[in-house]
Amino acid sequence: MNYFDHAATTPMRPEVLEAMTPYFLETYGNASSIHGIGRNARAALDSSRRVLAKWIGASPNEIVFTSGGTESDNYALFGAAYAHKEKGTHIITTKVEHHAVLHAMEQLEREGFDVTYLDVDVSGAVDIEAFRAALRDDTILVSIMYGNNEVGTRQPIQEIGELLQDHQALFHTDAVQALGTEEIDVKAIHVDLLSASAHKVNGPKGIGFLFMKTGVKLASRSFGGQQERKRRAGTENVPGAVGFQKAAELVMTEREDRVALYESLDLALRQRLDELGVTYEVNGSNRLPHIVNLYLPGIDLEPFLIMMDMRGMAISSGSACTAGSVEPSHVLSAMYGDSERTRQSVRISFGHGNSVEDAKRLAERLQEVVSTFMNGVR
Amino acid sequence: MNLRTKAPEETTVVVGMSGGVDSSVTAHVLKEQGYNVIGIFMKNWDDTDENGVCTATEDYEDVIAVANQIGIPYYAVNFEKEYWDRVFEYFLAEYRLGRTPNPDVMCNKEIKFKAFLDHALRLGADFVATGHYAQVEYVDGEHRLLRGKDDNKDQTYFLNQLSQDQLARTMFPIGHMDKKDVRVIAEEAGLATAKKKDSTGICFIGERNFKEFLSEYLPSQPGEMRTLDGVVKGRHDGLMYYTLGQRHGLGIGGDGDPWFVVGKDVENNVLFVGQGFHHDALYSDALLASKLSWTGAAPAGEFRATAKFRYRQQDVPVTVAPLENGEVLVKFDEPQRAITPGQAVVFYDGDVCLGGATIDEAYRNGKRLDYIG
Repeated sequence: MNYFDHAATTPMRPEVLEAMTPYFLETYGNASSIHGIGRNARAALDSSRRVLAKWIGASPNEIVFTSGGTESDNYALFGAAYAHKEKGTHIITTKVEHHAVLHAMEQLEREGFDVTYLDVDVSGAVDIEAFRAALRDDTILVSIMYGNNEVGTRQPIQEIGELLQDHQALFHTDAVQALGTEEIDVKAIHVDLLSASAHKVNGPKGIGFLFMKTGVKLASRSFGGQQERKRRAGTENVPGAVGFQKAAELVMTEREDRVALYESLDLALRQRLDELGVTYEVNGSNRLPHIVNLYLPGIDLEPFLIMMDMRGMAISSGSACTAGSVEPSHVLSAMYGDSERTRQSVRISFGHGNSVEDAKRLAERLQEVVSTFMNGVR
Repeated sequence: MNLRTKAPEETTVVVGMSGGVDSSVTAHVLKEQGYNVIGIFMKNWDDTDENGVCTATEDYEDVIAVANQIGIPYYAVNFEKEYWDRVFEYFLAEYRLGRTPNPDVMCNKEIKFKAFLDHALRLGADFVATGHYAQVEYVDGEHRLLRGKDDNKDQTYFLNQLSQDQLARTMFPIGHMDKKDVRVIAEEAGLATAKKKDSTGICFIGERNFKEFLSEYLPSQPGEMRTLDGVVKGRHDGLMYYTLGQRHGLGIGGDGDPWFVVGKDVENNVLFVGQGFHHDALYSDALLASKLSWTGAAPAGEFRATAKFRYRQQDVPVTVAPLENGEVLVKFDEPQRAITPGQAVVFYDGDVCLGGATIDEAYRNGKRLDYIG
């Protein structure tokens, strides 16, 4: 399998599709209806909610289904900011968040909120002292991702959570990229809000959830029916929830195997690159095991990615971009400043279906393409 | 080297797709012929419209739609820096000199058939293809640049600076078609861009007001408008806003024939005006041009040809005399109106585009005209 872009999205597991199918074809009722087929759908939804809650150490009524990571992030940030603005307008985040957080923050700034964007060190992690210094009495919200989607670097979530225990600020973490491999207990890390998405963990696209700790108040972002305890209006995506449940169950039973697999793929890739004499450096450290961001000095990113695609290899650069605007990755810029490195790095992300042979083949294709930039080939 | 005999299925062609109908049909036709086709969108200019929407994004959306309809991979590539350095800087420099540059000629020479071609070759392509109305034919060991079949659309004027190396790697798959037939093919294939309006004007200015655009980049120095006899007829907004032979925007009223721009004195910031479309001062019988480039072998000496001095002009008989310093002297059989410094002079032998140069000076009876002085 030559797909190495699992941080973008993953293939759905056949077991997931199998679990979902009856909820399209047979138990298709509206989970809010009063009749039998509706109740059956509702039962499945609740069962999914229980499993997903257990996955992160939460209670079922703390899980609000959404359409995915972006909606969860937006709901958490705007919901928290609007609900608590009388307590203050200060928000803390980092420079390496996903755009679903960063662009929401920019909008909150336009609306008058005061946002501090924490720097990261060269490994991609925020400094706990810098966080402590940024925290103010009028801080109402802190949003820091669990693990970075471009370089994989984990953030000190638990330490920050502990620091915030006696503070009014709500603590949100975007765990979308981390949930496939990390064992996360929302109580242990002291978060109030956590975003999750199914399609990053071999589940279906179009469903995610926001963990909302009991007692946390968010301003509503959608108005309509009374679904999700009035927290998120709209007919429930029952097949999606069932699929997400199945994907989460697979993560829970396979977690250690997955971590071991990704670590072996990472190793195989780098060993093969070394054997082939490719010059590279890994960006970031203390990484989520499925993400390897490689600095390949001397490459020109646009043709590089095209040439990899022409060889059937699906990898990516940090930020997807439209219409040929190559903006250097904001994550790498935060780590390395204005450096060529931000424009000469590619992201490889492993997942279900990748084998050690695949990783070696990827290394060989990388070597081929890198060499075209080294020989002055036009 | 002639790659044109390679079987289509063994030939990779990168198509420069702009999101317009011509390049859409170009990609479609090549795919139908069995070539291994890759569509690449060039982003050369960073621009957002009044709604904050990147104008290139819309065009790229069309490229994506068409590429998916045809069934070819598509990518985007950014040449903003190359375009700025090699085309836009030249464009501004020419205006600073009071000349009227042709950025399309420069864009073809430096971007589409240099930066883009290099990019395509690096990817392993055999050819680049574009939706230009022109043709390339391999005859007697030479890649000849021929006029597009559609007289009204022929774009060889803009391609005059291409060399043998560039032509050897170039395809113009719709050059033998009429524009209306290109539309028909697009409609029959149901391509998303079949009914899309043709773009007009200079690509980076688009539909905007030219004067406003230029004033963002160059300071305008208003000055006097005078007749060649020194009679002051009014004020001009800055010499760069006017081109030779122009009628509109002078604002000179009164009796008699309309007024036209007949020359510029850059040193003293004076715009010369005269009455009548056929004002005598607009006519010259020879020109001197530089940046000479031949599409094939350089001619041995003086030769007869036809020439165009601007796009969409009927070419006229001339005698071309390449000079030792790399410039070229072009003598016209009949006097020509409004030979404009900065524009291209392009030479033809029948349907073959021989090459061209950039007009520097115009002459009448051996005397240099004050078109730019």
